[in-house]
Amino acid sequence: MAEVILRQVRKSFGRVETIHGVDLHIRDREFVVFVGPSGCGKSTLLRLIAGLEDITVGALEIDGEDVTDKTPKERGIAMVFQSYALYPHMTVYENMAFGLKLSKTDKHDIDAKVRAAADTLELGELLDRLPKQLSGGQRQRVAIGRAIVRNPKVFLFDEPLSNLDASLRVQMRIEIAKLHERMNATMVYVTHDQVEAMTLADKIVVLSAGRVEQVGAPLDLYHHPQNLFVAGFIGSPQMNFISCEVLETSPEGATLALPGGGHVLAAVNVTALATGDRVTLGVRPEHLFHAGADTDQAISGTVEVVEELGESHFLYVRLADGTLLTARAGGDAPQSIDSTVRIGLKGGDCHVFGADGKAMPRLA
Amino acid sequence: MMRRSPLKTLGLYALVAAIVVFSVFPFYYAILSSFRSGSELFTVTYWPSSFDPSNYISVFAEQPFARNILNSVAVASVVVGLSLFLGVTAAYALARVSFRGRGVLLFTILSVSMFPQVAVLSGMFELIRLLGIYNSLPGLVLSNLILTLPFTVWVLTTFMRELPKELEEAAVVDGASSWVIVRHVFLPLMWPALVTTGLLAFIAAWNEFLFALTFTLSNDMRTVPVAIALITGASQHELPWGNIMAASVIVTVPLVVLVLIFQRKIVSGLTAGAVKG
Repeated sequence: MAEVILRQVRKSFGRVETIHGVDLHIRDREFVVFVGPSGCGKSTLLRLIAGLEDITVGALEIDGEDVTDKTPKERGIAMVFQSYALYPHMTVYENMAFGLKLSKTDKHDIDAKVRAAADTLELGELLDRLPKQLSGGQRQRVAIGRAIVRNPKVFLFDEPLSNLDASLRVQMRIEIAKLHERMNATMVYVTHDQVEAMTLADKIVVLSAGRVEQVGAPLDLYHHPQNLFVAGFIGSPQMNFISCEVLETSPEGATLALPGGGHVLAAVNVTALATGDRVTLGVRPEHLFHAGADTDQAISGTVEVVEELGESHFLYVRLADGTLLTARAGGDAPQSIDSTVRIGLKGGDCHVFGADGKAMPRLA
Repeated sequence: MMRRSPLKTLGLYALVAAIVVFSVFPFYYAILSSFRSGSELFTVTYWPSSFDPSNYISVFAEQPFARNILNSVAVASVVVGLSLFLGVTAAYALARVSFRGRGVLLFTILSVSMFPQVAVLSGMFELIRLLGIYNSLPGLVLSNLILTLPFTVWVLTTFMRELPKELEEAAVVDGASSWVIVRHVFLPLMWPALVTTGLLAFIAAWNEFLFALTFTLSNDMRTVPVAIALITGASQHELPWGNIMAASVIVTVPLVVLVLIFQRKIVSGLTAGAVKG
């Protein structure tokens, strides 16, 4: 099993550079997830690691060996594709054995490895079937099986679950988590699904426009996003952003003027702030609550839309400055459309972003 | 569905019948004539009146017709084999490897198929003489390839483009070389296209006349279309229609049989890739 190290990796297609110097250190046996909006280069980065695309500038190291100019096979990687990419004319068994056959592995060895992988993935009954006779979930398991039998140093997954329906996706997600535990392998996983990223990853890499925005543990990204992009990308529904003015700074944090009169003491490091600065206040929908009349750490607004989910509800509230605020609270909504509400927030839940989009370190 | 009026149904069947008669009648009449002999040949009847196999016997007796058939089979088979091999390998390069001038190359190949045969005849003659394969089967194979290769390459390139890219990438990750990808991943998926193009190439080579006429000298090297055209009667003034008809029927039957065997594959080959399946 192996470490993967990227050093200033760049990729250009013709004159267009799509990956702008990525440095990344993936530790041995780590489960790393690349997330980002479509077109951010996360799949390209994975294909660079796989060797399906050439690295234009920079170096890639797997297991202490420079593999920048090596073929996918020599890199010791295995890849699972979004479209499964099973060989349609081969049975499940032949699909899994193909790679081993090419590397001239002994027949008994192949048989043992394929059967072991089939047992792991509960494919034993299906070995003689053709891919077209399998369901989507089974096909994806075969694709994973094909990766397992080669016993690679690094597993690469390119949005493996996005072709499956919702319930199957949850099931396969759990299977992949179990697989990681059992295989003790380094895994790199590309997805645009936040839930997959949060649940599977040891480490999430957030990408945007070919750059790494932030690398960290899932909860680290959730609680301490370093910039506006990561704050907006991680978490669903999206974090609320309110444009504010700094009223006062103190060791406890910055006091911000809220639209419509209230103010809040955001618990952040204020060394980079001064009174009168324009900043962006970020607060997650789940950290907002219905406030009583006794506090002025609250924002007033008009309810525009109410969404009832059963176990919780979303309120979309129009603030005095025109911002639409999303609030989430448990149970049924007590408000109706067009009523005026006071939404409370706590200083410890606040994120503050400077004019350049960088986050002030939170004190909590 | 709406019920069609009886008149419309009748019209449809009449049209179908007309098309069938138009396309099948010449061949039917050839079969009919081939079983008649003497002056009977020149009377007009539309129903089998006699069954006289003597024409079939004399075709083989009076010239090396068996040898001609063998020549045709040999030439057509080798042409099909070479066209498919070169076609598949060229298609892989043209469909899967991106290189400068790929589009230009594809259109050059297409334009080759637009040359009239006569235009390349003298040049081809020089080439064949230079290679020393005049009046031999390799000469015919070489000249027929100029007819079959362009469309073989085009059809196979189009077909190979439709194959998903991930399939190739999965094979690359599995450690397959280009040759292994073509041989073990693409070829098995391309059977319908191979059968279709192979059959078209076979028909083209089997029926080819001008090159076969120009590049052969002796009776023993001729292919069937030329042999049939050059069948002569006992005297200068006699055209042996009976023999000619018998020979035509003999050489048409293999094609009909081949097409019948592969017709389902042809249909799926011609429409493959039209709709994502």
